[in-house]
Amino acid sequence: MSAPRRPTDPTGLERYYVLTGGRSKPAGPAATLDVATLVVSRTGPQPSPQPGLQHEHEEILRRCREPLSVAELGAHLGLPFNIIAVLLADLLEAGRVETRDPVPANSAGLGPDLALLEEVLSGLQRL
Amino acid sequence: MDFKGFDPTGRTTAADGTRSVKVMIAGGFGTGKTTMVRSVSDIRPLTTEETLTQASAGVDHLIGVTDKQQTTVSLDFGKIGINDELVLYLFGTPGQERFWFLWNGLFKGALGAVVLVDTRRLASSFRAIEEMERQNVPFVIALNVFPDSRDHPVEEIRDALDIPEDIPVVAFDARDRAASRDVLVALIRHLQERAVALEPR
Ligand SMILES: Nc1nc2c(ncn2[C@@H]2O[C@H](COP(=O)(O)OP(=O)(O)O)[C@@H](O)[C@H]2O)c(=O)[nH]1
Ligand SMILES: [Mg+2]
Repeated sequence: MSAPRRPTDPTGLERYYVLTGGRSKPAGPAATLDVATLVVSRTGPQPSPQPGLQHEHEEILRRCREPLSVAELGAHLGLPFNIIAVLLADLLEAGRVETRDPVPANSAGLGPDLALLEEVLSGLQRL
Repeated sequence: MDFKGFDPTGRTTAADGTRSVKVMIAGGFGTGKTTMVRSVSDIRPLTTEETLTQASAGVDHLIGVTDKQQTTVSLDFGKIGINDELVLYLFGTPGQERFWFLWNGLFKGALGAVVLVDTRRLASSFRAIEEMERQNVPFVIALNVFPDSRDHPVEEIRDALDIPEDIPVVAFDARDRAASRDVLVALIRHLQERAVALEPR
């Protein structure tokens, strides 16, 4: 009896290894993803099913019709941040998602974003 | 007036402009980080994990992902809809501060942090305060008042923790939504004051 070429129900590290093709870190633009980065699926006609996309890629696309953070994706899919980031790298490369990093209080060279702080403050005061 | 969801053209516009900001909730183990996130969040708090790789000295370079020390660290988080196009994410930092070093960029891009302090165990938040200072993350101190906490004057705690005058120290109950919201308001006001003070004139 020979071992299955690919486990049918991989768990833990094995499952991650299969999902990511052994990549433990995302490459390219996905390397700077943050837990609070918003992910939105790109709309428009897409070949479906697309070759090379795993079930988890499709799941991300489905959940991100409305913007969703990387942290939420991780929680909903039960996958750690770095694995989600690798899957997002694939989707970014395929042009299937857009990502938007959290807005910092200071953007380099521009100084403190007072308008943003005011916006957050008035939102909190309405709670 | 609330125009939430009002769109005369019937298009779905929500997706397009939405932005996010993040605030970190730090502090020692059991100081009430998860409780505070739960109190103010619009959603039931969720947990996201990160697999951190600790490069242990002298490890051979083998192939694959299992050759290094893997540690799983959890972040509790929640979110608050600020308006139709802005979402505030709150992240409760992992209990063991030593993992904060390993998680690159955990605090990067955060507006600031709330450092929770249990006044019965001041020392449990020392590391968190030091880390905020070291990583240049602006913060406020929030004293989480437990039923058997002694009635400590805020200024006494400020001295004990060696917190400079310009950093707010407030007391609150992490189980209370309005009180937790007010701590976030105190943080944003502090960020505004800092911004004005830093701005070249
Ligand atoms: N009485 C009281 N208990 C609290 C308060 N905040 C947290 N707790 C309790 O203290 C324990 C630790 O809180 P938790 O939020 O899990 O702390 P964390 O480790 O910082 O996330 C839990 O059992 C909470 O129910 C508070 O303001 N008052
Ligand atoms: Mg906790």
